[in-house]
Amino acid sequence: MTVLAVEDLSVRFDTDDGVVHAVDRLSFGLEQGEVLGIVGESGCGKSVSVMSLLRLLPPTAHVDGRAEFDGVDLLSVPTSRLQRIRGREIALVFQEPMTSLNPVFKVGNQVGEVLRRHLGLDRRAARARTIELLDLVRIPAPERRVDEYPHQLSGGMRQRVMIAMALACDPKVLIADEPTTALDVTIQAGILDLMRDIRERLGTAIVLITHNLGVVADIADRVIVMYAGRKVEEAPVHELYAHPQHPYTVGLLGAVPRPGAADEQGRLREIPGRVPSLAELPIGCAFAPRCPRADELTRSRSPELSEIRPQHFVACFHPGPEWQER
Amino acid sequence: MSYVDTTAIAINPRARRRRLLRKRFLRRPLAVVGLVVAAAFITAAILAPVVAPYSASATDFNATLAPPFTHGHLLGTDELGRDQLSRIIWGSRASIQAGVFSTLLAIAVAVPIGIIAGYYRGWIDPVIARLTDVLLAFPFLVLAVGGSPPSCPSLTNATLALGIGAVPGLIRIARGEALALREEDFVRAAVANGARDASILARHVLPNMLSTLIVQATVTIPAAIIGEAVLSFLGLGVQPPTPSWGVMLSDAQSYVSQAPRLAIFPGIAIFLCSLSFNLLGDGLRDVLDPRTTR
Repeated sequence: MTVLAVEDLSVRFDTDDGVVHAVDRLSFGLEQGEVLGIVGESGCGKSVSVMSLLRLLPPTAHVDGRAEFDGVDLLSVPTSRLQRIRGREIALVFQEPMTSLNPVFKVGNQVGEVLRRHLGLDRRAARARTIELLDLVRIPAPERRVDEYPHQLSGGMRQRVMIAMALACDPKVLIADEPTTALDVTIQAGILDLMRDIRERLGTAIVLITHNLGVVADIADRVIVMYAGRKVEEAPVHELYAHPQHPYTVGLLGAVPRPGAADEQGRLREIPGRVPSLAELPIGCAFAPRCPRADELTRSRSPELSEIRPQHFVACFHPGPEWQER
Repeated sequence: MSYVDTTAIAINPRARRRRLLRKRFLRRPLAVVGLVVAAAFITAAILAPVVAPYSASATDFNATLAPPFTHGHLLGTDELGRDQLSRIIWGSRASIQAGVFSTLLAIAVAVPIGIIAGYYRGWIDPVIARLTDVLLAFPFLVLAVGGSPPSCPSLTNATLALGIGAVPGLIRIARGEALALREEDFVRAAVANGARDASILARHVLPNMLSTLIVQATVTIPAAIIGEAVLSFLGLGVQPPTPSWGVMLSDAQSYVSQAPRLAIFPGIAIFLCSLSFNLLGDGLRDVLDPRTTR
């Protein structure tokens, strides 16, 4: 069952330097209990696209398209209805665990606030449920931690509290925006483990935004690769890793440090060039200036997505698993 | 379950933080002096009927313009034989009342306006900000004098006027804080969790600007104390025979050559009282600033 269907989502910002197309006609579906990974470099529009779904962008952002959730279009539903969806049905975990908790309140009160707001629990019931939730996210001694202030908790601990807060109302969809980026590698593993566990136990669909391909391989069922605001490739995770088709994906996978990834000189391969400015995208394929396969066609027209293998979509005129075609 | 218990030391975090703040405060001698003197003035104001040796209006025509330490008058008497010390003690009521209540009034008016401007932005923010700038272009006392109706001068009206005079500065501070807080991750997280505006403002924005407001209040109070004295001196505040430091200064004018002490003692009271609140405020600012490490 599809819980979230995003169609032709476009986000543009009117800035002093002109119009910036942060997201360009992005479509994807999210199945119940599925983990969807969205990967791409910084500034490729992955965070903006999920923020726009809950209408969390500043008013300078213009959002078009549809995002069907539970029979309503998130992008056009009245704010009062949206406030009942935010945190209750679709929950968001931010990248910054250190600053995402209010420093003047005990963490228990902050988790409890969500419970009381959305589920109408009283103070005592909210506290009891908060302790359960802190236990669920594997915080040791939850009955004591519940009365502590954010500054008394470590980063990994705070991110667990944020996840507990996000899970408080059993949301159908959990969106995690780089949840492990600010954390140590060992704590990262713990958080990912926790998310996998939550999906299995509660059947929550998870959208995981990251620039870390290792994280995606670890936990995602399906992967969307974004470049310069567009989806360039989408495939089930094993298919993507075994048969990458878009040169950008191939390049990204080549840049992941792992045994055998190095070339003859013992160096990791890098993708030449830089991410283009979203304010001045090239006319043809946005990746053309960095692409070894680019030709006249690539530079003059923008490729559309097509299904080149079962369930495997790619937006490229010259798809193939090798970095250098021919 | 086995884990290393690191929380046992921090039994009650709030008590621990309070203890830390107290320790930091006590390490600042000037702040402690400010606190003690300010507390003494407040106590004197509240307990005036008990601590003042005479009634403020009791005249002793056998001892007019008596110098200090004569006829049982510690600070001497004025031209009507009224005890100076008693008048200063009773006068502290007007000063403290004007200082504290005008500041509370100004906070009650300015903070909601400032928060709305800073949090909602939109068209309302530049309107409020520019109006504030215009009002701030006037000196505080000019605003207060302009705000006090000359037709019916009284302590209440002076307090209102001083409160109005303090509003623009406080709006600017509340707005600035709200502007910074709205960009905080925990505010964004609260929005993403479905919090309504009212609960965001009440739970996330206001509590996080409290320490700034407390410090600002300790700066506004002495300004209002001086303001009250000025208004009363000009006849726009407390009316004789009710004692007030400003009224005493005003009355002393005619006798400056014969008995300068009539002006000096109330002047010292004004100076000490406003200085004590300023020192207290400086200390609080240092202590509540999270960047302070001492």
